[in-house]
Amino acid sequence: MLVIENAYKTFNPGTVNAKTALNGLNLTLREGDFVTVIGGNGAGKSTMLNAICGTWPLDSGRILIDGDDVTNMPEYQRAKYLGRVFQDPMMGTAADMEIAENLALAKRRGKHRTLKWGISKEERIEYKNLLKILDLGLEDRMSSKVGLLSGGQRQAVTLLMAASLQSPKLLLLDEHTAALDPKTAAKVLDITDKIVESNHLTTLMITHNMRDAIAHGNRLIMMHDGHVVIDVSGEEKKNLTVESLIEMFNTVSGREFSNDRTLLS
Amino acid sequence: MNFILGMLGSMPGAISQGLVWGLMAIGVYITFKILDIADLTVDGSICTGAAVCAVLTINGVPVGLSMCCAFLAGMLTGIVTGLFHTKLGIPPILSGILTQLILWSVNLKIMGKANVSVSSRTYEVLLSSMDNTWAIIILAIFGIALIVALYWFFGTEFGCSLRSTGCNLAMSRAQGINTNYTTVVGLALSNGIVALSGALLAQYQGFADINMGRGAIVIGLAAVIIGEAVFSFAKNFALRLLGVLVGGIIYYVVYQVVIYLGLDTDLLKMLSALVVGLFLGIPYLKKRYLRRPKRKGVKTNAGN
Ligand SMILES: Nc1ncnc2c1ncn2[C@@H]1O[C@H](COP(=O)(O)OP(=O)(O)O)[C@@H](O)[C@H]1O
Ligand SMILES: [Mg+2]
Repeated sequence: MLVIENAYKTFNPGTVNAKTALNGLNLTLREGDFVTVIGGNGAGKSTMLNAICGTWPLDSGRILIDGDDVTNMPEYQRAKYLGRVFQDPMMGTAADMEIAENLALAKRRGKHRTLKWGISKEERIEYKNLLKILDLGLEDRMSSKVGLLSGGQRQAVTLLMAASLQSPKLLLLDEHTAALDPKTAAKVLDITDKIVESNHLTTLMITHNMRDAIAHGNRLIMMHDGHVVIDVSGEEKKNLTVESLIEMFNTVSGREFSNDRTLLS
Repeated sequence: MNFILGMLGSMPGAISQGLVWGLMAIGVYITFKILDIADLTVDGSICTGAAVCAVLTINGVPVGLSMCCAFLAGMLTGIVTGLFHTKLGIPPILSGILTQLILWSVNLKIMGKANVSVSSRTYEVLLSSMDNTWAIIILAIFGIALIVALYWFFGTEFGCSLRSTGCNLAMSRAQGINTNYTTVVGLALSNGIVALSGALLAQYQGFADINMGRGAIVIGLAAVIIGEAVFSFAKNFALRLLGVLVGGIIYYVVYQVVIYLGLDTDLLKMLSALVVGLFLGIPYLKKRYLRRPKRKGVKTNAGN
């Protein structure tokens, strides 16, 4: 479903700020894989997602989605394969537009945008039903501006936009619960699981929480210095513990794992 | 008493001019409020519209067709600014200034001189300052038609993608919107409307002049700001556009009154700019000194 081959990316090359964020990254996802991604700050996790989305071009390497080579495709064209939820709840929605209008924008992802009216009557009914599933009371506030919603509500709407209105080939989640309070985070994660399961989505989920990384998905990868250093799946993944994961990381990276509170939280 | 009567007598003229500039401000609204771009092209494109309309009309082209050409010429100026911005990565303000300077030369070439007359005594024009009642009717019809058209356009699938572009670039791209394209289209539409108002202004005052656009952006912004203040209750998009049109009228009525009160007209541009500057600063001052938390969308496209 997703193939990343020998991806390299250096920011600010040739300056003192040069930073190689992707360093020979290789990753292959099978259809239906739900992969959780962990790694220290600056390991290149977000950069990997940006590379898949085409936020900027790679220095070298190739990216295939569903068999199509998208390496040179601009970001807006790749969007038809992808659903994306950002870490910052403000990033995924248009604050000055209504909830229904935001959903309608996502519904037309990858389609030609015509001069037909932006939202049809049938769509409003569809959206209402979808919002009901979230159980956040948003189904009665479809005409409210998204800017009036809380971070958790916005993230939930962004999830619907990324994954429910149109099934993406690949769902990309970048610490999408990190900015939320624990209770809301758990709720959004729960919604995520439901949507991924019911739509059989191939998913990459970055998380700063090792327990979440172990509890969700069928495969876990750890990134370090711009490439994948640990890749476990199946039974082995089910038997992982936070302790065994830290031990594996220490062996691979060759240094004592800093007692990174964010990773253990 | 004479004083009051005299001032009232100048009101129809103020209303006509206010309507023309209100139309122009609707164009500014599209870039400034919807696309979130301060576009300075307008100082040049308003004159481009006037010049194209005047020159075509005095050469025997029917005035309706001349105005269509003015609109298209205005769109072209917006496209130039849009390409500077999206293809060369030049910041929008600078892109607008570049086009504005280009248009100074282009406008002179279109007119062949600094000033072209299209007097209603000689040519068949749509409106003129000789008959303000008629001018107000025509301009009001234009205004309402424009508001209806824009209300429809920004409600369509494509129009919604323009609005989201101005609201959140990263999200728009993630939803498959070619934000370069929508930005260029928005700039084109805006400057088309500005040029159309220029064409109407040329007919109303009976001439096109190379200097007629100087400071147009400030008047446009003033109308937008006044309109928002007066129509602050309006949630509906069409009503807010109507507010901008009314904002233009209020601006010119106040302008007339100030002139009547004997203010040195040389100072008017400075005062307009200061008032607009103050109002543009209010959101910042509020945030700085009142500390009222308010959620707002993120407009960066940076990753995290
Ligand atoms: N657009 C950018 N410009 C410059 N440096 C960047 C950019 N994006 C990421 N980086 C750098 O690349 C490294 C990897 O960042 P990132 O992928 O965001 O890490 P994380 O694994 O924490 O998500 C960091 O050192 C970061 O500073
Ligand atoms: Mg990150």
